[in-house]
Amino acid sequence: MTRAASHRQRSGRNRGQWSLLLCLLITVVSAAVQATDLDYQSRTVTVAMSQEPPDMNAITSTDAVSGMLLGHVMEGLLRYDPNGDLVGGVAQRWQLRDDGATFWLRPDAKWSDGSPVTAQDFVFSWQQAVTPAVASEYASILFPVQNAQAINDGQMAPSTLGVRALDDHTLEVSLHQPCPYFLGLTAFRTLFPVKESFYRSRGSRYAAEARDMLYNGPFALTRWVHGASVRMEKNPHYWGREHVWLNRIDVPYITEDPNAHMNLYRDHKIAMASSLNSESLEGALRERMQIKSYLDGAIFYIEFNHRDARVTRNRNLRKAIQQVFNTDDLVYKVMGSPGSFPTYTLFPRWLKGKQDFFVREYPAQKPELNVTKARAYLDKAKQELGVAKIPPISLLADDSPGGQKTAEYLQTLLGQSLGLEIRVDMQIFKQRLAKTGSGDFDMVVSGWGPDYEDLLTYGDLFASHNLNNRGRYRNERYDHWVAVAQSSLDVAERMHAFDQMQKILFADAVIVPLYERGNVYVQNPRLQGVLRRALGGDPNFNYASIQPEVSVNAETSVNPESRLNPKTRIAPGSGLTPNAHRGAGVILEKEP
Amino acid sequence: MTQFIFKRLLSGVITIWFIATATFVAMHAVPGDPLANDKAVAPEIRRNLEARYGLDKPVLQQYGIFLSNMLHGDFGISFTQKNRHVNDIIREHFPVSAVLGVLALIIATVGGVVWGALTAVYRDRWPDSVIMFLVVIAVSVPSFVFAMLGQLGILAMNEWLGFSLLPVAGWGSFGHMLVPALVLGLGTMAYLTRLMRSSMLEVTSADYIRTARAKGVSPLRIFFKHQLRNAILPVVTVLGPSIAAITTGGFVVELVFAIPGLGRFFVQAVQQLDYTVIMGTTVFYGAFLVFMVLLVDILYGFIDPRIRVGQVRG
Repeated sequence: MTRAASHRQRSGRNRGQWSLLLCLLITVVSAAVQATDLDYQSRTVTVAMSQEPPDMNAITSTDAVSGMLLGHVMEGLLRYDPNGDLVGGVAQRWQLRDDGATFWLRPDAKWSDGSPVTAQDFVFSWQQAVTPAVASEYASILFPVQNAQAINDGQMAPSTLGVRALDDHTLEVSLHQPCPYFLGLTAFRTLFPVKESFYRSRGSRYAAEARDMLYNGPFALTRWVHGASVRMEKNPHYWGREHVWLNRIDVPYITEDPNAHMNLYRDHKIAMASSLNSESLEGALRERMQIKSYLDGAIFYIEFNHRDARVTRNRNLRKAIQQVFNTDDLVYKVMGSPGSFPTYTLFPRWLKGKQDFFVREYPAQKPELNVTKARAYLDKAKQELGVAKIPPISLLADDSPGGQKTAEYLQTLLGQSLGLEIRVDMQIFKQRLAKTGSGDFDMVVSGWGPDYEDLLTYGDLFASHNLNNRGRYRNERYDHWVAVAQSSLDVAERMHAFDQMQKILFADAVIVPLYERGNVYVQNPRLQGVLRRALGGDPNFNYASIQPEVSVNAETSVNPESRLNPKTRIAPGSGLTPNAHRGAGVILEKEP
Repeated sequence: MTQFIFKRLLSGVITIWFIATATFVAMHAVPGDPLANDKAVAPEIRRNLEARYGLDKPVLQQYGIFLSNMLHGDFGISFTQKNRHVNDIIREHFPVSAVLGVLALIIATVGGVVWGALTAVYRDRWPDSVIMFLVVIAVSVPSFVFAMLGQLGILAMNEWLGFSLLPVAGWGSFGHMLVPALVLGLGTMAYLTRLMRSSMLEVTSADYIRTARAKGVSPLRIFFKHQLRNAILPVVTVLGPSIAAITTGGFVVELVFAIPGLGRFFVQAVQQLDYTVIMGTTVFYGAFLVFMVLLVDILYGFIDPRIRVGQVRG
């Protein structure tokens, strides 16, 4: 080899080494830039989201991810405090009457541009929400307000809505009938204020980017790279800024993959990983992480079709199914979904009754499992229907793991114990919704999440006038009790009404309640005050703070109750301690 | 050449029109309601929503409106991501997929050529067996498995090192791209390795190689100058479709590594029946694929002097 050639080769080798070094350098620099899950100095928490927020316009928004963000950057007349109680938000004082309500707004409530939040801002957003052309899917939440329904039907002008700004800081609402739960509605996103001049200046681009929104909540959206990241920073104009500890909430990861969330958590890149599936839960338990769980408010049940052409209109057939269905078996043995509780009623365990939780004051009737009785019901059903054998029953379910497992369990159970032929109709989510809506089913596995903090958000589901009553169940007595709960201002009377509703649901076997959905998650023990809840956006960091780093590794201490034995999880009172967060039903909320 | 390009462009336009029409028909034939939501809406609100998205018109008219908007380069507003234009979605997220895809393709091509050449050189000896065994694994194991393994690998490495050398997920720096690009390119790399191997073996027994050997040309020179250069041609042929496949097929990798690429939006749109996004992304991907194939056809003429399409007639 000549000298020149060997030199060339050497320099080539050098180049190779340099480029390798450069590569390493880039990686190290890129790694150094990455933030960690919690930064005590800058008061920053880093978390991940499952999805790009689909609609940040509070007037039309319906989904959970946007709801989570809106819960930080916007504020209604009222808001939920850390205990889940309603307290003043933009409103300082309020008065609820039979025929209406008055709200006195804080003079220091401001938008993120420094301008005051006025009563007119509420009038504008409420009018927008019921305007037919805006097509807000949550318009019905405003129907207790005078003329709202007529406006939404296109029969009256939006300006006739029963809400007026008496002056900049006084809002007057007229109700068309007494509405005991109206204060809870004012914390809902559809009723958040929107500044008209800003909204009009953005046109169809309102809420499309971070700069196309105006914020009045504890935080403001300062960065939004679609599909990639979101950043919220403390709103310097927020009236209660002294009570907000965090300076920044960073969301640099958006993915639906729960394993990715868990891996990011294990790498200390995010402070919380939600919706653990059974595999990641096993891993978390092995690594002795502290497991937490809460109820997200959703209740699942089997809904029957009560239309005339369906066999399931027969009460005795439904009673026969009710008599053999073992909800405990489904939840603990079949589904194995951690954190969920079997239920026997439509009403969740975290909503208040007169003084205590409703489900404690009015315990639901548990069906006794009795195959003999069930067969007797079935014989009666056959007689009434005039058939020797019950024709095949179609069971509609979506292709989610929960839907699939429930359907398979039901198919086997009813086939073996009652000899019923169940045809499972498995559909993608959207098609399940379409078929449920058009009544194309005998039985369907459905779920329902709450809109506001009142039993009525569940109770009116089976009122004959409710569009969400997919099985078209009709019962005048049920409607009567719904009407009582809708308009009575007497708590005892209302709770009695809800109890009557659950009794009718059981006696008539209108539905078979399945479970209250739980969500199991891990969270850095140094992060405190995070709210997990069913209402107002979840999770919420408005009251969160970070503990300074300590030498003891808190993660190694294991909470014995967090072991995944379902029997210990439903130990009496575990979810029903008087101090438990009302809006959240926090069950394993115990710090080491 | 100009005539050839013109002809190919024309057939490309027809292909894209066909893709658009087929997608439109399939999309409307799929059961499900794009406006369905968890909660029922009043008939009046339903009508307003339909009017907003033009679903109140007859399907044929919707098709006409779609075609005319497409010619103006406007795909409308997303059904699920309110306030967002489909054009914006493509403009913001395609570059991410493209950057990742190009990196994956570089890894795949370089890897494929090197491994393929190695297996041919060490034919029927242990490096050949080992590499070909790995190739079979890479071809047959689905990418979501590699994606998850890759992520766990990074995690284990970071835990072992005590600091984060590579990010587990996310987007923004070169470090974020490395492992996702490797995972994304793995399948193509395996395919190219096989292709390169057979192509190399074919070339090895060619007359000109024997001649070169007889002339006493050094083995290294034969390898680089004659074998590799001739064997690489088939690899270039499949690069066009591969580019399209890699830049569009990264759904799983994008999901696992939380990368804001277009693939995720595409798949989510199909799951949620987001009509405008489905149409926009399909037509865009279709056009992209057609363009890439055309580009490779033209490039091919430059690389291989024997194939000058324009001169066939002469």
